[in-house]
Amino acid sequence: MLTFAEIKRSVLVSLWFMFLTFPIMVVRVNPIEEVVEWRWRNLIVIGAGSFALSFVWRYMMARKEAGLKRKEAGGEKAPLVRRIMDRPRLSRSIVGLVVAFVCVFPFLFSTYQVTIMSTALIYVMLGLGLNIVIGLAGLLDLGYVAFYAVGAYSYALLNFHFGVGFWIALPLGGLLGALFGVLLGFPVLRLRGDYLAIVTLGFGEIIRLILENWNEFSFGPSGIAGISRPGFFGIDMSLNTATIYVYFVLIGLVILTVFFVNRLQNSRIGRAWVALREDEIACQAMGIDKTKTKLTAFALGATWAGMAGVVFAAKTTFINPASFTFLESAIILSIVVLGGMGSIPGVILGALVLILLPEYLRAFSDYRMILFGATLVLMMVFRPQGLITGVRRVYRFQGDNGRNES
Amino acid sequence: MEYFIELFLGGLTRGSIYALIALGYTMVYGIIELINFAHGEIYMIGAFTALIVASVLTLLGFNELSILVIASLCAVIWAASYGFTIEKLAYKPLRKAPRLSALISAIGMSIFLQNYVLLAQTSDFLPFPALMPEFGFLEPYAHIMSSAEVIIVLTTALVMAALTFLIKFTRLGKAMRATAQDRDMALLSGVNVNRVISFTFIIGSATAAVGGVLIASHIGMINFYIGFIAGIKAFTAAVLGGIGSVPGAVLGGMVLGWTESFATGYVSSDYEDVFAFTLLVLILIFRPEGILGRSTTQKV
Repeated sequence: MLTFAEIKRSVLVSLWFMFLTFPIMVVRVNPIEEVVEWRWRNLIVIGAGSFALSFVWRYMMARKEAGLKRKEAGGEKAPLVRRIMDRPRLSRSIVGLVVAFVCVFPFLFSTYQVTIMSTALIYVMLGLGLNIVIGLAGLLDLGYVAFYAVGAYSYALLNFHFGVGFWIALPLGGLLGALFGVLLGFPVLRLRGDYLAIVTLGFGEIIRLILENWNEFSFGPSGIAGISRPGFFGIDMSLNTATIYVYFVLIGLVILTVFFVNRLQNSRIGRAWVALREDEIACQAMGIDKTKTKLTAFALGATWAGMAGVVFAAKTTFINPASFTFLESAIILSIVVLGGMGSIPGVILGALVLILLPEYLRAFSDYRMILFGATLVLMMVFRPQGLITGVRRVYRFQGDNGRNES
Repeated sequence: MEYFIELFLGGLTRGSIYALIALGYTMVYGIIELINFAHGEIYMIGAFTALIVASVLTLLGFNELSILVIASLCAVIWAASYGFTIEKLAYKPLRKAPRLSALISAIGMSIFLQNYVLLAQTSDFLPFPALMPEFGFLEPYAHIMSSAEVIIVLTTALVMAALTFLIKFTRLGKAMRATAQDRDMALLSGVNVNRVISFTFIIGSATAAVGGVLIASHIGMINFYIGFIAGIKAFTAAVLGGIGSVPGAVLGGMVLGWTESFATGYVSSDYEDVFAFTLLVLILIFRPEGILGRSTTQKV
């Protein structure tokens, strides 16, 4: 298996990467003190690492090719979710276990754990919302965080100026998010996929820059503090109880989101989205109103971001524009891509993995973003369908086979 | 009037840099229809390489001219190598995949490279040595345009002319145009498509590195994040001029540079980036094919 040619190739790859990373990895200059630091150890690490990884890369490539061939031959395995769903007893017990764990979670673990979990749940909502836009309708939205900011700021400002409560702000935030979604949607309707990505990215940046610079409106970079937590019939709550309460509010919202997205997926509009994603022209030829379909995707995706923003503002009680940078959009995108575009359990898993893992692996927190970047590339190259493949509705003709063949 | 000329020339310099980066975008997009998000990062890596090489050479006691030449050469070589490697790792396996996949891969690559430089080097702004020479004969006009700015504008013009020549009159350029038009047909006619795409990335990355060295030694500060905004703005320039067209990229860069320069000069400097993004959105809505671009109908 380990032929001489393969080793030679890997040696060449390793030499190439040692050359490539030499200036950035090995030399570090301090222009003020005029000192140059030579880090030769990095060179050895890069060399050895790329030597080993090149074998893994080639192995994975070969596996992918083999998988593609198998797919063409029709011998494809059913996705995991489909296999679980086909066995009702197994799927019911899994759901039961998850529900039980979710209910007792805040009483078993500390407030800190509950806070982290609440953050992860906000990202589950965001991921599911973006999943509508990217996973179902196939529109790459890189400015998704703008709607999140709209939601958060609408609650913060309404609360600051008029003392509006959380439960009134929640639907309002969602509505405002949808309104901005339509506002952005209109001009970009005519654009093709990759232009759309750049315009939404620009839109996200515009919203953030306005929030940062328009001091009279948004209080600029210093942000808004002292936002009220969600109320429960006017009962005063301790910090601990409030945290647990926010957790359960989020659980409720996530269940609502899953319910909605699931129903949407199988509705007329959901089918229209999938058709639009697969082929725009064919979709129009089938009599689907492209404008309406795209706009609803934008609006509904933005609604969830707006609501998540309201919850975020209520949970942290402080917001500023720094929470709504492009990086945030990139994280939400990674969640959808890692989990599997168009797959609800996939997105939930993706959000939990990407938000919880960095919290527990504090030692790696510096490497968080570089790993996100690598995840995006590697997932696209080796597993574009994500961790959990979305289940597509399949119709099989199950009539009399003999008659069918004759 | 003097203020107007100052802003005009400022916009010209700014636009030249955008144009240099936009050339790479436009060439790559023209050939494989991919927005190479990592292109801005290549520009940043070019600037970092030049900074590192220049600092090492300064300590070794080289004279100024040789530092300029060696640092720029190294920046170009390494940036081109990065461009080549990125294409092989992140884009080539996805050539037959849906376009969304390649785009997401490009975004991942961009985030990866930013944080790679952040972790391996520093998150602080580093002072960049003033590499460009001062011309004595420009001394009287220094208040309108410095010699560094003259060098930037001239270099851009030179690079654009060289690229136009390359694409119009050489064998490689012909192969590039053929690949852009129809990849499968080019392959059938004996064009080594893989090699042509690699060359496109190498040339695009090299021009980005030239831009990186010029702007870094003009402004005098770099950090790992400069590539992101510059990349988006250069993309705006490329779209503005008509993506896929070399003169279009330069024209787009200039228009963008002037828009920013005049808008910040006459309106407000707080919203510098907002003007660029607004211009991009407006262009895409009203003339998506750009100033010099031709509109193409979508094929089924």
